Amino acid sequence: MGVVLDNLDRYADAFWVTVQLTALGFLGSLVLGTIVATMRVSPVAPLRAAGLVYVETFRNTPLLVLAVLFVFGLTKVGIRFSLFTTFVIVISIYTGAFVAETLRAGMNTVGRGQVEAARSIGLTFGQSLREVVLPQAFRTVVQPLGNVWIAMTKNTSIAAAVSVVDLTAVAGRLTTDLARPLPLFAGAAIGYLILTLPMGALVGALERRVAIVR
Amino acid sequence: MSDSAARPLVQMESVNKSFGDLHVLHDIDLSVDRGEVVVVIGPSGSGKSTVCRCINRLEPIDSGRILVDGAPLPEEGKALARHRADVGMVFQSFNLFAHKTILQNVTLGPIKVRRVPRAEAESRGRILLDRVGIADKADRYPAELSGGQQQRAAIARALAMDPKVMLFDEPTSALDPEMIKEVLDVMVELASEGMTMVVVTHEMGFARSAAQRVVFMDGGRIVEVAPPDRFFGQPETERAKDFLSKILAH
Ligand SMILES: Nc1ncnc2c1ncn2[C@@H]1O[C@H](COP(=O)(O)OP(=O)(O)OP(=O)(O)O)[C@@H](O)[C@H]1O
Ligand SMILES: [Mg+2]
Repeated sequence: MGVVLDNLDRYADAFWVTVQLTALGFLGSLVLGTIVATMRVSPVAPLRAAGLVYVETFRNTPLLVLAVLFVFGLTKVGIRFSLFTTFVIVISIYTGAFVAETLRAGMNTVGRGQVEAARSIGLTFGQSLREVVLPQAFRTVVQPLGNVWIAMTKNTSIAAAVSVVDLTAVAGRLTTDLARPLPLFAGAAIGYLILTLPMGALVGALERRVAIVR
Repeated sequence: MSDSAARPLVQMESVNKSFGDLHVLHDIDLSVDRGEVVVVIGPSGSGKSTVCRCINRLEPIDSGRILVDGAPLPEEGKALARHRADVGMVFQSFNLFAHKTILQNVTLGPIKVRRVPRAEAESRGRILLDRVGIADKADRYPAELSGGQQQRAAIARALAMDPKVMLFDEPTSALDPEMIKEVLDVMVELASEGMTMVVVTHEMGFARSAAQRVVFMDGGRIVEVAPPDRFFGQPETERAKDFLSKILAH
């Protein structure tokens, strides 16, 4: 592991990039996923259709392909974001589709009766979602949502393919120079584990805390 | 007295309702006066729940008119939400919000819909919970309560909105016999305080002690309307006689 320690500063910078991709991707996909899940249960048919198209498009296209399309596509239509920003957008959109589907499964576990009770005390559709449906939906899908975000953390490595210097990119670049792929990529793997292992533990703890008494 | 005291609080005029090909309400005419308690009774599938759900507009109707306190039901959106806030509904399956405490269940509507300050909503909520006899359960979750306690919490939740009328759809039929009385007692008291109520129930004791009128439905039609003593003592229609003989048989 000497080669890793020799280049620890580059690993540290790259780890920080991966942390930022993860954190921003988490926020972006949470917001998008919640919006799209809400669209999918909306009483307005065109919104439902748009939500469905979103999910089916982005869930079923490889992230790498989306990343390349966005990097070149955005430039083509004259939008100039940094590669980092572009990748954050792509991974948020992509992961948002999985968040939306997971959340929708959670929404379906909230009984129709509770929704009717919410409507019958005068809550609007939006208020029923916010106050009654979504809080329960999130609680029932803590574990699967955690899996989505752990998968997303590992998926941030696709950023390396569009020249964002994350953990995977650093391991790759150093390998080109030093021809020591095993220790260099093991170093990257450790970086990902430092992120994902606590996430798994956090999800378990959170699930126990927010479980709904039924 | 003014007009508003004289006119019926709930008025259904030739209401028709279908689910696809299934015509479930046929020309329903029903008016409920202020302070009146009407019991709706009838065989399974006769449309009793649908009547309640239409008054609260949980189901839209196909034709006819429903007026509550003189105003026709709004179509959608904010106005409809306001209408529903004025019409309390109690369901067979309680439908309490599982992730909220009993007190939070009761204060959600006042806080979010009526914009009552939290502290005030909570003190009013506690008074209501006390009234239905579960003040000690305020900080419990629904699943920690018995069925009878949950149903009383659901009644308190509806009352917290200060509704003009309360609809009950078989409020005791999911309950064990020993819990039925505690819920009916609350309802009888509510009736004696002058609440306008439409109650779908087969509890004859409740009908006799609290209702002014019994509405008997069969096949999506109102077949007979009579005061409880007359309805249970000398029903006029064959269908009512037949139905009563069946529910009295066990
Ligand atoms: N959402 C729905 N979709 C289709 N059919 C429905 C729906 N709701 C009710 N029905 C049908 O409408 C008819 C009347 O139903 P409703 O629930 O009003 O009867 P009910 O008198 O309340 O019966 P019960 O005593 O069993 O509760 C029934 O035939 C029922 O199957
Ligand atoms: Mg029914």
